[in-house]
Amino acid sequence: MSKNSRLLLAALAVVVIAGLIVIPMNFNRYGLYILSQWAVMTIAAMGLNLTLGYAGQVSLAQGAFVGIGAYGAAILTSHGWPLIAALGLVIVICFIVGWLLGYPALRVQHHYLAFVTLAFSTLAFLVFRNESWMTNGIYGISNIPRPEIFGFPTRKPLPFYYLCLGSLALVTLAMWWLIRSPWGRAFMALRENPIRAQSLGIDTRRYTLMAFAIGSVLGGIAGVLYAPLTQYVDPVPFNLQLSLDLLMMVIVGGAGFMLGPFLGAMIAVLLPEWLRVAEGYYLMLYALAVIALLIYSPTGILGILDRYLSSRRTQAASALRAAAQSKLEAAQ
Amino acid sequence: MSNLLDLIVAGLATGAIYALVAVGFTLLWQTSQTINFAQGEFVMLPAFLMLAVMHLGAPFWLAVLVGVLLSTLLLGLAFKMLLVDPMLRHGVLPLAIATMALAIGIKEAVKQFFSAEASPFPSIVPVGDVSILGRAISLQSLGVLAVAILAVVGLTTLLNRTSLGHQMQAAAQNPTVARIIGVPVERMILLTFLINAVLVALASLLITPIYLAKFSSGEVLGQAAFIAAIVGGFNQVRGAIAGGLLIGVVDNLAAAYVSTQYRAAVPMVLLILVILFRPQGLLGRAEERTV
Amino acid sequence: MTAVLDVRDVKKSFGGITAVDGVSFDVQEGEILGLIGPNGCGKSTLFNCILGQLVPSAGEVRVDGKLVTGQRPAELNRLGVSRTFQLLQVFPKLSVRDNLILAGQEHRGSMMSRLFGPSDAGLTETADQMIGFFKLEHLADEPAGGLSYGQQKLLDAAMAFMGGPRLVLLDEPAGGVNPTMLGDLKERLIAINRERRATFVVIEHNMEFVMSLCSRVMVMAEGKVLAIGKPDEIRANPAVVEAYLGH
Repeated sequence: MSKNSRLLLAALAVVVIAGLIVIPMNFNRYGLYILSQWAVMTIAAMGLNLTLGYAGQVSLAQGAFVGIGAYGAAILTSHGWPLIAALGLVIVICFIVGWLLGYPALRVQHHYLAFVTLAFSTLAFLVFRNESWMTNGIYGISNIPRPEIFGFPTRKPLPFYYLCLGSLALVTLAMWWLIRSPWGRAFMALRENPIRAQSLGIDTRRYTLMAFAIGSVLGGIAGVLYAPLTQYVDPVPFNLQLSLDLLMMVIVGGAGFMLGPFLGAMIAVLLPEWLRVAEGYYLMLYALAVIALLIYSPTGILGILDRYLSSRRTQAASALRAAAQSKLEAAQ
Repeated sequence: MSNLLDLIVAGLATGAIYALVAVGFTLLWQTSQTINFAQGEFVMLPAFLMLAVMHLGAPFWLAVLVGVLLSTLLLGLAFKMLLVDPMLRHGVLPLAIATMALAIGIKEAVKQFFSAEASPFPSIVPVGDVSILGRAISLQSLGVLAVAILAVVGLTTLLNRTSLGHQMQAAAQNPTVARIIGVPVERMILLTFLINAVLVALASLLITPIYLAKFSSGEVLGQAAFIAAIVGGFNQVRGAIAGGLLIGVVDNLAAAYVSTQYRAAVPMVLLILVILFRPQGLLGRAEERTV
Repeated sequence: MTAVLDVRDVKKSFGGITAVDGVSFDVQEGEILGLIGPNGCGKSTLFNCILGQLVPSAGEVRVDGKLVTGQRPAELNRLGVSRTFQLLQVFPKLSVRDNLILAGQEHRGSMMSRLFGPSDAGLTETADQMIGFFKLEHLADEPAGGLSYGQQKLLDAAMAFMGGPRLVLLDEPAGGVNPTMLGDLKERLIAINRERRATFVVIEHNMEFVMSLCSRVMVMAEGKVLAIGKPDEIRANPAVVEAYLGH
């Protein structure tokens, strides 16, 4: 990438971030709610993007981890725990459960793995619904308090939105660090060619489990934000459909691209809202839009950009080669 | 004891319907690596098509006929040409996601154009009880079982005994070789999509009188068919049949003997165990893996 | 002096078929051993048994005198045993430099140091040396998938040396490489062998390449060792000529 386009990209990033901070200031309650939800779902989708997009392990259980996070936060904060403590506990739980869920991936791959994780998702939903002593069953947990951050209350929609946005920024930074670290390289090696990776000394078992564990932790973090966002948690939002939706976000945005989940979550959370003018038909239009996009670009939105950039690179390279060739010929 | 027999017969009846759906599911997988997440919705839709035709004043038999025909066109031909064909060469995952979106689309379309409420649906088999060896057995269960068994026997005969069936199997197992020996592979693949469409229409006809026609009823059905297909063996028709029957019976027994809250967990646990310890399925053969 | 690689009576059978039938040999430090034989004679299976991709049905494999039979490939690699594959196996989406860093990163530090340490695991310099050594400088930042076949073969070989291995097993390094590139490859392999006292075992069908590269050659047929010796001896061995070279 040339220096100019790097600068352009940095400028664009600054504009987008400033926009995300400034523009919502005059949004109404509902607009802020939807935008907060976008931030939360982006975090969850980033987790799945790590597991699936970078490490190549299919999971249909991400929704279950959002559920674990949401219930963890709801139960603990209702009992007077601060949200940050709930977050700590949820991270530990999701890491362990995600690690364990990774074990089947050491034995089976692809659609088999998809169905094991699907089964896990359904089992988690049953626990949310049936273990009333803990989750209050189908009645759910209401009046979930919103936290104070460094003494600032986030009870109102705007401060809470900033909390979500700030969390998203932190998670993104951590993710960026992870992906450019040797771990990120090992995850990609795992995705592209596990046997070759092993022959280079990469402990594919441990990295597979790590990919599941870390991805699941991000699902949990999203859930910890989800609970105080909606201030009400019941089992329904954490059924299998959420896992399918998150998977759709990752693929539609572009699996294995850092920014994929942002766009995917935008399509999944915001597009239906924009389509509301179509009233009852909006979800139908949404489904059609997703199908059309995937037919046009199976690698998602960022896949289009990637193809464009790499075709330009090839053109530039062949132009260079042609120039070198003609120089060579001129010299002879 | 008579209770147990009832449960098993009812389980076999639903299981036979699952088997129909699962067979179609595995056919699509075998011939074109399509994991159809909309398979449940494919079962839900034909009943509504038939109801719509009946609304126009047509008699039931005509509605059934038109419904099957429409579903063959929509869920067979159009599904393959518009969705599967353009996406197939890009791998399994994007196509699977597209079928997830399709599932949402079908559900919402039915909700919008028909109704969000459950509608009753006429039964093609007589309702009531019949006494066998002094026990009352649901006639509907027996009828469903009979029709489903007939369909499955017909299909396996087609696949195993006719030259057309052999060509289809060849196209599924090794398209390259099949093409060389002159099998019209493309046409055979299309045929499996059409067969799937007919199977789901039949399943729709059988199951809707029991559970009513509802836009959301595909979710449970689709999942049951997935599980049946995997438990039985993803790459085998007879595996899917066995898996369907097994899941139907296990589901019914679980409803009776396990707490109602966790009845749905039983097939899931079965699924996990099968995948971990016998991933090729109970009757399946191991898929070759290349290193 | 202990041999770098010592293989004793290794057998491997699949069902009723015995692919490797009691093979024994050793490789001394700094040696380049060629391994030839007709297709299906068990060369690749033997490689996979030595490298832990397959577990031998019987026999022992020692590296520097240490028993390693049945160890997992990743562990073996960290003990200093490296390999290339018959079919090209680079990571197409990673850049050439990242491919090389990846190939070396697991050989130093711990999991934690790789997470919190520098993103290149301190290997950029080593990787760039390797890039220079294999004359790939102008391609360092290109995705490996965009390289020509021969260049990818060079990269593939370079990756095997990133961890500073004691022993490298090369499976058909010359396959599909054009003659000019082949000369480069051979010259590089010989140079790396001299400079680093690295020990090689090479499977190869290109006779010319094997005979000029290797210090000793082992011939396999039907799962057994037919002959082992200096290239000239092998050329002159009537059994070998009969079984293999004669065709």
